[in-house]
Amino acid sequence: MSAQDRAGHRRHRRAAAYAEAAAAGWKVWVVKILALGIVDAMALFAVFSLATSGQWTAAVLISIGVLAINAVYLIPGLLPAKYLTPGLVFLLIFQIFVVVYSGYIAFTNYGSGHNSTKDDAVNALLLQSQTRVADSPTFPVKILEKDGQFYLLTEDPDSQEPELGGADQPLQSVPGINSSGAPGYTTLDFQGVLANQDKIASLAVPLDSDVNKGYLKTTDGSNAYLFTSTLKWDPQADTMTDSKTGMVYSDTGHGAFTAKDGTQLLPGWQVWVGGENFVRAFSDQSIRGPFFAVLVWTFVFAFLSVATTFVLGLFLAIVFNDPKMRSRKYYRVIMILPYAFPAFLSALVWAGLFNTDFGFINQTILGGASIPWLTDPWLAKAAILIVNLWLGFPYMFLVTTGALQSLPDDVVEAARVDGASVWQTFRLIKFPLLLVAVAPLLIASFAFNFNNFGLIFLLTGGGPQIPGASINVGSTDLLISMVYKVAFVGSERDYGLASAFSIIIFVLVAVISFIGFRQTKVLEDLN
Amino acid sequence: MTTQIASPETSASVVAGPAPHPRRPFGRWFRETGWRHVVGIVMLVFAGFPLVYVLSASLNPGGTLLSTNGLFSKISLDNYVRLFQDPIRPYGAWFLNTIFIGVLASVFSVFLCALAAYAFSRMRFRGRRAGLMTLLLVQMFPQLLAIVAIFLLMSAIADIFPALGLNSQIGLILVYLGGALGANTFLMYGFFNTIPASIDEAAKIDGAGHARIFFTIILRLVAPILAVVGLLSFIGITGDFLIASTVLVSPEKQTLAVGLYQYVSTDAKNYAVFAAGAVLAAILPMILFLSLQKYIVGGLTAGSVK
Repeated sequence: MSAQDRAGHRRHRRAAAYAEAAAAGWKVWVVKILALGIVDAMALFAVFSLATSGQWTAAVLISIGVLAINAVYLIPGLLPAKYLTPGLVFLLIFQIFVVVYSGYIAFTNYGSGHNSTKDDAVNALLLQSQTRVADSPTFPVKILEKDGQFYLLTEDPDSQEPELGGADQPLQSVPGINSSGAPGYTTLDFQGVLANQDKIASLAVPLDSDVNKGYLKTTDGSNAYLFTSTLKWDPQADTMTDSKTGMVYSDTGHGAFTAKDGTQLLPGWQVWVGGENFVRAFSDQSIRGPFFAVLVWTFVFAFLSVATTFVLGLFLAIVFNDPKMRSRKYYRVIMILPYAFPAFLSALVWAGLFNTDFGFINQTILGGASIPWLTDPWLAKAAILIVNLWLGFPYMFLVTTGALQSLPDDVVEAARVDGASVWQTFRLIKFPLLLVAVAPLLIASFAFNFNNFGLIFLLTGGGPQIPGASINVGSTDLLISMVYKVAFVGSERDYGLASAFSIIIFVLVAVISFIGFRQTKVLEDLN
Repeated sequence: MTTQIASPETSASVVAGPAPHPRRPFGRWFRETGWRHVVGIVMLVFAGFPLVYVLSASLNPGGTLLSTNGLFSKISLDNYVRLFQDPIRPYGAWFLNTIFIGVLASVFSVFLCALAAYAFSRMRFRGRRAGLMTLLLVQMFPQLLAIVAIFLLMSAIADIFPALGLNSQIGLILVYLGGALGANTFLMYGFFNTIPASIDEAAKIDGAGHARIFFTIILRLVAPILAVVGLLSFIGITGDFLIASTVLVSPEKQTLAVGLYQYVSTDAKNYAVFAAGAVLAAILPMILFLSLQKYIVGGLTAGSVK
């Protein structure tokens, strides 16, 4: 293609794009402008809110994203992008970005006790360790309100000038202030004070921008007293000193003030901890042991789930593939019922059936036995495999029935003519052909069960707890349910460690699918 | 493959022919066919008993886990009434929430996927092959792996747009839409490819633009597939526990999966009420599933089996 041809081609395409745009008509444009307007307005609002709170990275990312969206829909041409963008936006935010974000969190100590900035942690520590100063002067106060926030109005003890302060705002003079109120603020009367008693009682107003000077607090809304913290905050040395015990806590870079003997003041704050979460996962004995147990069980569970359901499904497919057998239709309908029943309900129902003391299986089927189906580590694993067999065999039955019936007749016929027995025909001819047909489904089933959170969590909750584990993890937990429990269940929430586990699952899944794709050559068939 | 699954009886009988069997002696009958009925009955019991048990428990008035063990010993609709009268566990709200979230999320998800599949199937552009490959890879990484980040992202969004962040149903739908493209585009792409391009060409010559071709021709032709994909994602979304329980906090906003779990996890005394809730929750998906069974299984397998 010569340069001239190419230029002509490009011109032609541009002309076609303009013609396309012109043909779209005004209705399309109205929809387009409206939709873009809503998106732009929301983005503008988000960017402003983020910028005012100083989150520049997010603000810039959103701006770029929205400019790109506008460009795609306002520039003529770019047809594929116009169709792909709506889905891609969601994919990028809620699937790609969250993965990257998990990667970031995995390298922080984010979790309970470490979920905000250092400034917030310092304030929280000073507030939570306050005691009333023994010889505090009495400050007569008035309660003011503005935009739902409460403020104290009092007189400066030295200059007798009226001053005003709130939770985030040390006492200071504001323009137009007098001893009964200030412009823009509402002075609360007695009723107003009564109505907001709790909020007023928890209000602590810093006396000065140096927080070590103490806070004013009031209980009755008319007199306030000076409270100081037993902790002293030294911004220069970056230490907290307990004035009672004399203990010095310093910032050791791990997101909390730590004393020499290792005691920490909590809350701490969020910091980058490098590979610490990964090191903990692989070296801390109380985490590594359970983690490897869960890892092994995840693979065993995924493999056995596929194997048991496939074997039973195939067996049934062969059994019911006999045209001489009557009423096969009725058997079929009942047998696929477990597949039609919503899976989350199945897990909950089976949890009841397996209940040790009251469950149907122990009480009725086994005549009053008390077998700890869900609380013994091995029995719980067996119970899970049984339930999963119940859930999964109908699918394999349907799939293998289809595959069996679509096997080429001539090959089977040829084998029979050659004198192969029924078993030989099955083992050497039918089964290999069948396996080729259903292999991708088996891989998909493995991948699904690898992350089968619902079954495990709703049936056993991952339990019973592994003895000696320092994290919340049980012997039937899969990797994904372990992530969930470390992050969200119980009082100790450790987002950092949970994300580190997520990243590990990620790498495992990537390796498995790489091998899977290489084996099945799916990617090469793509056209 | 769809056709074989759809009508195994017919295709099998074609192979065997309509030969009427002379009556066989019992021993031979049992060896050849009878034992298959034994297997069948064993499987009927295995497949059916949990479902029979739930139905029986749901009809047992005031049943605890223990007292529901006698199958169909007492029958009343008491539990179904009590289900809707518990202010702490608003079953009615859960039911409507589940329908609302499931329908909106699956409809939008199907639409987004159809748009993308149309682009991949009918347009040739740079990065097309890479895009398809990426989608195939993304399929391997379900959203739930990043659940911690989803939670933190949603709480950050809640600071700016409370209506879209944590504890918002719209927010939950948005999260589900994030997983839509990865889950279904590939399946749909395959079906779009089966529609001959000559139809588009003809429409184009008649002066139809790309949007008209997409909305009035292609979407109509693939409508059955859209229905199946929509139903599959509806079942998937309404069965999700992990993301729904993470995003939705307050009881009146939760879905059936999250709500019913609390019935079972908090006390065994109300087992019969839970069973009633489970029966009601299962009816709709089961009817949909059984009536569309042949399409669903065909759709499930067509994605992977060539």
